[in-house]
Amino acid sequence: MSKTSPDSTEATPRFTVGDLFKRLRTGNSGLIPILVGLAALVAYFDIRSHVFLSAANVTNLFIQATVFILLGMAEIWLLLLGEIDLSIGFVAGIGASTAVILVDNKYHWPVLVVLPLALAVTTLIGILHGTLVIRLRLPSFVVTLAGQLGWAGVLIFLIDHQGTGGVVSLHEKVLADLVNGNLTPMWTWIVSVGSVLLAAIFMIRGQAKRRAAGLESTPMAIVALKIGSLVIAALVLVLIFNTDRATFIVLHGMPFAIPIDIFILLAGSFILNKTKAGRYIYAIGGNSEAVRRAGVNVNRYRLLAFALAGLTAGIAGLLYASRLGGISDGIDGGTLVLYAVAAAVIGGTSLFGGRGKMIHAVIGGVIIATIYNGMALIGMSAATQYIATALVLLAAVTIDSVARRGNGTTR
Amino acid sequence: MTTTPESANSQTGNGSGVAPSKKSEHLLSLRGIAKHFGAVQALKHVDLDIPAGKVTALIGDNGAGKSTLIKTISGIWAPTAGDVFWNGEQVKVHTPGDASALGISTVYQDLALCDNLDIVQNMYLGHEETRGITLDEIAMELNTKKVLKDLSVSTVKSVRQLVGSLSGGQRQAVAVARAVMRDTQLVIMDEPTAALGVSQTHQVLELIKNLSDRGIAVIVISHNLTDVFKVADRLAVMHLGTLVSSGDISQYDTTSAVELITTGESKGAPSSLASSH
Ligand SMILES: Nc1ncnc2c1ncn2[C@@H]1O[C@H](COP(=O)(O)OP(=O)(O)OP(=O)(O)O)[C@@H](O)[C@H]1O
Ligand SMILES: [Mg+2]
Repeated sequence: MSKTSPDSTEATPRFTVGDLFKRLRTGNSGLIPILVGLAALVAYFDIRSHVFLSAANVTNLFIQATVFILLGMAEIWLLLLGEIDLSIGFVAGIGASTAVILVDNKYHWPVLVVLPLALAVTTLIGILHGTLVIRLRLPSFVVTLAGQLGWAGVLIFLIDHQGTGGVVSLHEKVLADLVNGNLTPMWTWIVSVGSVLLAAIFMIRGQAKRRAAGLESTPMAIVALKIGSLVIAALVLVLIFNTDRATFIVLHGMPFAIPIDIFILLAGSFILNKTKAGRYIYAIGGNSEAVRRAGVNVNRYRLLAFALAGLTAGIAGLLYASRLGGISDGIDGGTLVLYAVAAAVIGGTSLFGGRGKMIHAVIGGVIIATIYNGMALIGMSAATQYIATALVLLAAVTIDSVARRGNGTTR
Repeated sequence: MTTTPESANSQTGNGSGVAPSKKSEHLLSLRGIAKHFGAVQALKHVDLDIPAGKVTALIGDNGAGKSTLIKTISGIWAPTAGDVFWNGEQVKVHTPGDASALGISTVYQDLALCDNLDIVQNMYLGHEETRGITLDEIAMELNTKKVLKDLSVSTVKSVRQLVGSLSGGQRQAVAVARAVMRDTQLVIMDEPTAALGVSQTHQVLELIKNLSDRGIAVIVISHNLTDVFKVADRLAVMHLGTLVSSGDISQYDTTSAVELITTGESKGAPSSLASSH
């Protein structure tokens, strides 16, 4: 990933505490501090609760994390622009209820029609938000604050109209299995080995190409270290997922939610890192007037980001409905959006635009799920959970804003 | 981009109505350009001819309207009134894309860089090299290194450094390099040496001469009259939103230039196009 010259700190395998602080200050700390934080959390909960690291609980934790991860990724499309969507929890809810209502209940539409349709609905909602922000020059937080109320209303209307007492439950198999189904242990291996292999080939080939062109490349040792940690992480996960985690029946394998997360992560990262659209989304977050002066149709790419945020939120909604086994008119979209933004920011995405990565939502989402899951296990109250998440978020935002000051000599 | 039949016939507009005399003699001609910001009249009535392959220095006091004029030429905004001719044909330059399509590239006074992107990404912003739908990072990085080397920008450690981490002079060098990297016919530089050290300033002045040797027209804004007299072939002086004088550099000396900048008039100095017609 890193393309710095061999003599710069990033490429050196050893780095000092001083380096770490410098990187923290300039926002180039990478994922190391946050992973250390996650490890500390995990260690703490492991000591406090012997079930925390059981196969069943870890699998459950990843399923819980999925909604935070996907909503976090949805939010990152906008955070990169320096925008935000405060209604994203309810947008996800609308995607979820569209799917659940049409696929089940009285309509029984084919699932292969309903899922794309639900995603189209949330994408259109994103486009609507984007259009209001762009055409009327309104701040996105105001438009989507209105959206939070408006879409909550639409959601209640949709669900209560079904006459099923404010809850529509899900019986359709495909949608229900999105989260609750598992790959067989064999496929768990295939998917994991395949992903790691692909990632390794990608990294090695990328560096080899740079070397062939005579450009500085990351030393092979670092690449090997990265691939090595990936292999270990994948191995641990496969072993956990493939452990039988039920008492009376046999239940094992990777939940479908995981490959879905990975796919969205890869697709999002591809757009952001490898295409013009991604380049412009970062650039607009940095200095939109500069992008306009470079002859780029800035509004087209802003609208694209809003659309992608809506699409990703829709996917999050489908998985949410799948996990809940239906959808109720009481879903707490307001809290979901807080977790979404928190996931992105805890992972390292800036609230001020121009800096962030899709992987941040994965790490932030897992951290939030860890707090959520671990605290519930050791019997802490909801009050404590909220406060702990708030403190982690505050710490992340502080790092973000300090990083901005460390970088921003000119703005 | 080029002339539509109607626009060719309606070229009188609010301008002075004096169409550029001969075709292709001037690369760019401005007639009666005005720009208002609400009640503020930043440009009143500017007539200016920019010949191909020559260096035109645009000078004037702070707030005279120099940046406003070059932003108008660069398509940052449409002029309130006036006509623009490119190689004798009337054109509309209402967006940065219009200007870039004509072959105009600009170094803005504020540099217009994205601090969160690295040097390569800034150099190619809006003109990325691609292979299929993916960015060709290697080609862009190699060429960036080459361009910076040609400009003797040797102080940057890595072209993958974020622009936000560069010094003021390095940032300016990147902005200049970006403007001259692609094939253009007119390069506009708004105070390109303001933040540069002695040797970098020398480099940029050499670069300006080099561009004009290659037949590329240059408009350069500078407050440094020594530099202006070193590189410019022609001089254009702005005062309070009007172009008060323009002509061959040999018709001016430092005294008359200073007089024009401060008072807007000077005995014996060439008048602007507007009053000569
Ligand atoms: N976007 C704008 N909105 C309102 N007024 C503006 C705007 N841009 C420029 N002006 C006004 O137009 C006038 C000319 O400004 P301009 O930036 O063109 O001056 P300049 O000749 O480039 O000065 P300097 O040498 O200080 O860069 C100033 O009075 C300025 O306040
Ligand atoms: Mg200026």
